[in-house]
Amino acid sequence: MAEAAHAPSPAAGARHSTTGIDSRKLLMWIFLASECLFFGSLISTYLIFKGDIPFPSPAFITEHMHGGEVTGWFPADRTGPDGTEYAGVLNIPVTSASTFVLLMSSVAMVLAVFGAQNGRPKMMKLWLFATMLLGIVFLGFQVFEFHEFGAEGLNLSTNQFGASFFVLTGFHGAHVTVGVLMLGSLLVGSMRRTGLGPDSGFHVETVGLYWHFVDIVWIVIFTIIYLIPA
Amino acid sequence: MRLDRLRGRRLIATAAILVLGLALAACSDPQSTVDPKSDHTETINDLYIIVFWLAMVVFVAVLGATLALSLMFRERPGRVAKQIHGNSRLEVVWTLIPVVILVAIFVPTVAAISDLDHGDEDELPANTVRVEAIGHQWWFEFRYPDLGIVTANEMHVPVDTPVLVTLLSDDVIHSFGVPQLAGKVDMVPGREHRILFTPNEARPNAYLGQCVEFCGTSHANMRFRVFVDEQGVFDAWARNEIADAVAVESLSALAQEGGALFTNPLLAAGATPCIGCHTVSGSLASGTIGPNLTHVGGRSTLFAGVRDGFAGAANPDAVQRELERWISNPDDIKPGVTTRQSGMPAWGELLTGEQIRAIAAYLRELR
Amino acid sequence: MATAAGALAPPAVPAPSVVWSWLTTVDHKRIGTLYGVSGMAFFVLGGIEALMIRGQLAVPNGDVVDAEHFNALFSMHALTMIFLAIMPLGAAFFNWLVPLMIGARDVAFPRLNALSYWFFLAGALMLNASWFLGGAPDTGWFAYPPLTEEPFSTSRAMDFYTVSLLILGVASLIAALNFIVTIINLRAPGMTMLRLPVFVWMTMIVSWLLALSLPVLTVGLVQLYFDRNFTTHFFIPDGGGDPILWQHIFWIFGHPEVYVLILPAMGIVSEVLPTFARKPLFGYAAVVFAGLSIAVLGFAVWSHHMFTTGLGPVPRVVFSATTMTIAVPTGVKIFNWLATLYGGNIRFTTAMYFAVGFIATFTIGGISGVMHASPPIDSQQQDTYFIVAHLHYVLFGGAIMGIFAGVYYWFPKFTGRFLNEGIGKLHFWLFFIGMNLTFFPMHFLGVAGMPRRIYTYDADLGWETWNFVATIGAFVIAAGMLTFLWNFVRSLRAEANAPDNPWDAPTLEWATSSPPPEHDFDVVPVVRARDPLWHDRDNGLAPPEPDPNEHIHLPPPSYYPLLIAIGFALFGIGALSHLAVLALGAVVIVYGVWGWVLEPTGPEPGGAH
Repeated sequence: MAEAAHAPSPAAGARHSTTGIDSRKLLMWIFLASECLFFGSLISTYLIFKGDIPFPSPAFITEHMHGGEVTGWFPADRTGPDGTEYAGVLNIPVTSASTFVLLMSSVAMVLAVFGAQNGRPKMMKLWLFATMLLGIVFLGFQVFEFHEFGAEGLNLSTNQFGASFFVLTGFHGAHVTVGVLMLGSLLVGSMRRTGLGPDSGFHVETVGLYWHFVDIVWIVIFTIIYLIPA
Repeated sequence: MRLDRLRGRRLIATAAILVLGLALAACSDPQSTVDPKSDHTETINDLYIIVFWLAMVVFVAVLGATLALSLMFRERPGRVAKQIHGNSRLEVVWTLIPVVILVAIFVPTVAAISDLDHGDEDELPANTVRVEAIGHQWWFEFRYPDLGIVTANEMHVPVDTPVLVTLLSDDVIHSFGVPQLAGKVDMVPGREHRILFTPNEARPNAYLGQCVEFCGTSHANMRFRVFVDEQGVFDAWARNEIADAVAVESLSALAQEGGALFTNPLLAAGATPCIGCHTVSGSLASGTIGPNLTHVGGRSTLFAGVRDGFAGAANPDAVQRELERWISNPDDIKPGVTTRQSGMPAWGELLTGEQIRAIAAYLRELR
Repeated sequence: MATAAGALAPPAVPAPSVVWSWLTTVDHKRIGTLYGVSGMAFFVLGGIEALMIRGQLAVPNGDVVDAEHFNALFSMHALTMIFLAIMPLGAAFFNWLVPLMIGARDVAFPRLNALSYWFFLAGALMLNASWFLGGAPDTGWFAYPPLTEEPFSTSRAMDFYTVSLLILGVASLIAALNFIVTIINLRAPGMTMLRLPVFVWMTMIVSWLLALSLPVLTVGLVQLYFDRNFTTHFFIPDGGGDPILWQHIFWIFGHPEVYVLILPAMGIVSEVLPTFARKPLFGYAAVVFAGLSIAVLGFAVWSHHMFTTGLGPVPRVVFSATTMTIAVPTGVKIFNWLATLYGGNIRFTTAMYFAVGFIATFTIGGISGVMHASPPIDSQQQDTYFIVAHLHYVLFGGAIMGIFAGVYYWFPKFTGRFLNEGIGKLHFWLFFIGMNLTFFPMHFLGVAGMPRRIYTYDADLGWETWNFVATIGAFVIAAGMLTFLWNFVRSLRAEANAPDNPWDAPTLEWATSSPPPEHDFDVVPVVRARDPLWHDRDNGLAPPEPDPNEHIHLPPPSYYPLLIAIGFALFGIGALSHLAVLALGAVVIVYGVWGWVLEPTGPEPGGAH
C-alpha cells in the first residue's frame, strides 16, 4: 500500500507525523486560529460600541471635565454641547511610532528564524535579542499611552471607549509580554552549551509564528482604533 | 424478542399520549399557549397547527421505521447481514425530504412573521389603546399615557380593540408573557420593545400572564392578569383608575388611622416610609419605586398575582390577614423582596401588629 | 530513555505509589479513565440536583427547597451536566479511543493532555466550592446581565461562575487543540481521512467547535468579570452598555456548545450500530459531511436563542432559515443510521439498546427543535417547559443515551471485563422509560404555558398531573443510575475475561488486547480499508507479528501538568480573593512552565513535545 510507505521511524515516536508537518507547529497554527476568534470578539465589542458613545451628560462635564479631572474626550475630537472643543485622546504620531517598532520587530524575527534555520547561531541570537528589545520598547509605548490616557481622565469606567480600548489593547499587550518571555527563553536557551539543540530552527520558527500573529493583530487594532476616524 | 414488542406498544402508546395530551392542553388550561384569544395568537396558532401535524408525520415515520427495522432485522439463526456501504440516490432523496418539509414550515413562518409585525405605529387605528408595561423585580407596572392611568399587575383592555404594549424594564431583563393574547416578548433595560394584539373575547375572568425570563429570586412570583372587557366595563374601570383614591373622610376609623400611618413621612427611624416608594393619588404618597396603590383594594390579586385580592373575594378578612403578613415580612410570601435593591422593609420589626392591621385596613378600602 | 517493546518506561520517581502514578500520568488511557470517573461523579451530583428540583415541583406550592436554593440548583444542574458531566464524559471517550482508533500510541501531546484534565478538575472543584463559600451561581447557566451584575447579584457567586468557567474553558481548549493535532498527524499508515472512524471525525469536529467558540465565551466572561470587579459597563445599560451583547456573545459560544455535547454521542452511535448490525455504516461519507455541515451551520444559528429579545423581522427570518437548515444534515444522519439497520443481522446487546434508543429519543428532540425554529411558535414556547422537554430529549435522550451506549460497548476494551447484559438491559429500560416519563409530559406543561425556572406554581393551572408524573420519572431515572452503578461495581470485581474483540467490531481499538497495554499496540497497525478488522478478517489477513527489536518510546510521567494546574487554580482563587494568592499562582505557573520545557521527554536529548 502506498500509504504504508511513511511508517514511523521507531526512534522518533513522538515526532511521527502523518502529514509531515511537525505536530508542535500544527498546534501553534490551530492555537492562532482560536486566538483570531478571541481578538475578533474583543475588536467586535469595540466596534459595536464605537458609533454609540454618547457625549457625557452636563453633570459629568461640570463635575469632571471642568473640574480638571477629565481634560480630553474619547476617542476623537469633539465639540461639547456647550460649544467647548474637547481634544481627542488618541495620539496618532506616538502610536504610529510604536506600530513601526512592532513592525520592525517582525522583520528582526524573520532574520532570527533565517539565522536559526541556516546554522548561524550568532545571527539568530542577535536578532532574537533585537526582536525582544523592540517588543519591550513597544510595551513601553503602551505603558506610556495608558499612563497618558489615565492622566487625561480615561479609565475603564469612563465610557465604553475606555472599557473596550483598555481591555482590547491590554490583552494584546499581555500577548506581546508572553511573546517577549518566549523570546527571552529562546535566548537563554541558546546561551547554553548545547544551544537550542538540533531543533533550534524549528523552535525559533514556531515562536516566530506567534510573534507575527501578535504583530498582525496589532496592525488590525491600529487601523481600526487609530486610523479609521470615529 | 419480547422486549421489542413491548417497546412497540410503548411507542404507539406514547404517540397516543402525545396527541391526547396536546389536545387536552388546548382545551382547559388557563395559561395555554394553544388557546388563542387574539388576532396575534391566532396567527401563531394557525402556524403551530401546520407545524404540529408535519412534526407528527415525521415523528410517526421515523419512530415507526426505527421500531420496524429493529424488529425485522433482529438476529436470526442463519441470517447474514447484507454488506451495503451506501446508496447515492437514497442520500439525495433523504436530503430532499427534510428540505421539502422545512420549506413547508418556513414559508408560512415568514408569512406569520410579516403578519405579526406591528408596522408603522402612526398608521394604527385611532382607537388603539397604548399601554406601557414596565418590568420590576418582581412586579409589573402598567401605564396608560393617553388616559393618565398608572397601575400595577392588572391590565385592562377593551375587547376587539388594538392594543399596543410598549415593553420596558426598570432593572433586569423580564419577559411579558400572556400566552392566550400575545405570546411573549422580553423587557430589556435600555430598550423599547412593542407588541400589538387585538383581543377578541371578553371574559369576566382575566387572562393569565407571567414573567417568562428568569429575573432573580422571586421570578416565579412575578405574575399579572389581563382583563379583556366590553367597552363599557373598560370605560368604567378607566374612570375609577383615573380618579384619586377614596377620600380619607369616607374611610372607616381603623382605615383612617392606617392612612395616617401610611402617609407619615417619619413612620419609623432608619426605614423609608411607605410614601417613599408608593403612590396613593390624592394623598401625600407619591413614591414611584414600588407599585401604585391608589386602587389596590379594587384589584383581584395582590403581590403580583401571588394571592387573591379584595375584589370578588369570598373571604376578605382572609385576604387582609395575608396583606398584614406581607407588610410584616414580604419575604414570607415573596422571597427576596426585602433584600433586593431598594426593597421593601419587613415592617413587622418596626411597627406594632395594631399599626400593621390599620395600614392593611386602609389599603383594603382603597378601591 | 528508549525501552524494549512492551516494557514500561522507567518511572521518573523511584517506586511511585499508586496515587502518585495517577497524579503524574500522561497515558491517554489513564487520563480517559480520570475524565470518565470524574464525569460520572458529576453526573450523579447533577442528577441529585435534578431530583431536588423535581421534588420541589412535584406538587403546586412545594416546600422541599426555598427560592434561593431552587435557583442555585437549576443553575448548577445545567452547569454541572454541561461542563462537568457530558463534556468530560465525551473527553473520556476521546482520550481512550482516538489514539486507539487511529493506530497511535498516545495523543500528540501527552503532558498537555494531563494538563487539560487537571485544569478541568480545578475548574470543576472551584465551581462547586461556591456552594460553601457564599452561595452557588443562581442566575442560570446563561448568566444574563444585568441580573448577574451589581447591584442585582451582590454575592461572589457570579465571580465563581466567570473564573471557574474560564478555567474550564482553558481545559477544553487545550484538549481540543491536542485532539485536532493528534487526528491530523498521528494516524497509522493507511489511515486516510476518509477511513477515520466516524467517532474520530466527530471528535475532530467537536474539537474545532471548541477551538473556535471557547475564545468568544472567554471574552464574554472576561467582560462580565471586569463589569463586576473593575467598573466597566459592557453589559450595564446605565453606563452605556448593552445586555443583549452578552446574549450574542454567550450564544455564539452556546450554540456550537450544543453540538459539542451531542456530536460525540452521534459518533458513538455510528460505531455501535454497524458492529451489532454486522454491516458497514450506511453512507459513511454522508454521515461525515452531515457532521461537518452541522458544525459549520452551528456558528450561524445562535440568535434563535434570542427570538423573543426584540430582534427585527429580518434577523428572525434569517436565523429561522439557518436553524431549520440544520435539520437537513441531522435528518441525513438519522436516515443513514436507519439504513444501517436495514438488511442487518442485529444483535441486541445493551449497547445496541442504548444506540437504537438514542435514535428514537434524539429524533423527538430534533422534531421539537424544528418547531421552535419558527420564531412565531418560539414566541409561545420560548422559556416554557416545552424547551425543557426539547433540550432534555437532545441532551439526555441524545448525549446521555449515546454515552451509555459507548460505556457498554467499550467497557470490555477499557477494563477487560464485561458489564452484565441482564442488569444492563434493566438499566436501559429504567433510563428509557424514566426519561420519557420525565421529559415527555414537559411538552404538555410547556403547551399549557408553564414557564421554566420557576420554583413554585399555583394549583388549577392544569400543571399538577404532568409535574407529578415528571417527578416520578426522575426517580425512575435515578433507579436506572443506581442499577448502572451496581453493574459497574459488580463488573470490576468480576474476572477479567474479555477477549480482544468480543463484538467482532471493525475498528482498530479492537485489534489490541483488552485492556490495551500502555503502549497501545505491539505493532502499529497498517490500515487497508475503512473497516480494517473486517477487511483483514474477510481477506484472511493475520495480525502482524511484533518486532522484538522495536523500541517503543513512551513519555515518562510528569508532575508539571498537575503543578501548573495548581498554579492556575491559585491564580483563579486569587482573582476571587486576594492579589497575593494570584501572584503566588503566577509564580507557580512560571516555575511549572519552566520545568515543563526543560523536562526531558523525547528519546533524544533536548526533545520536547
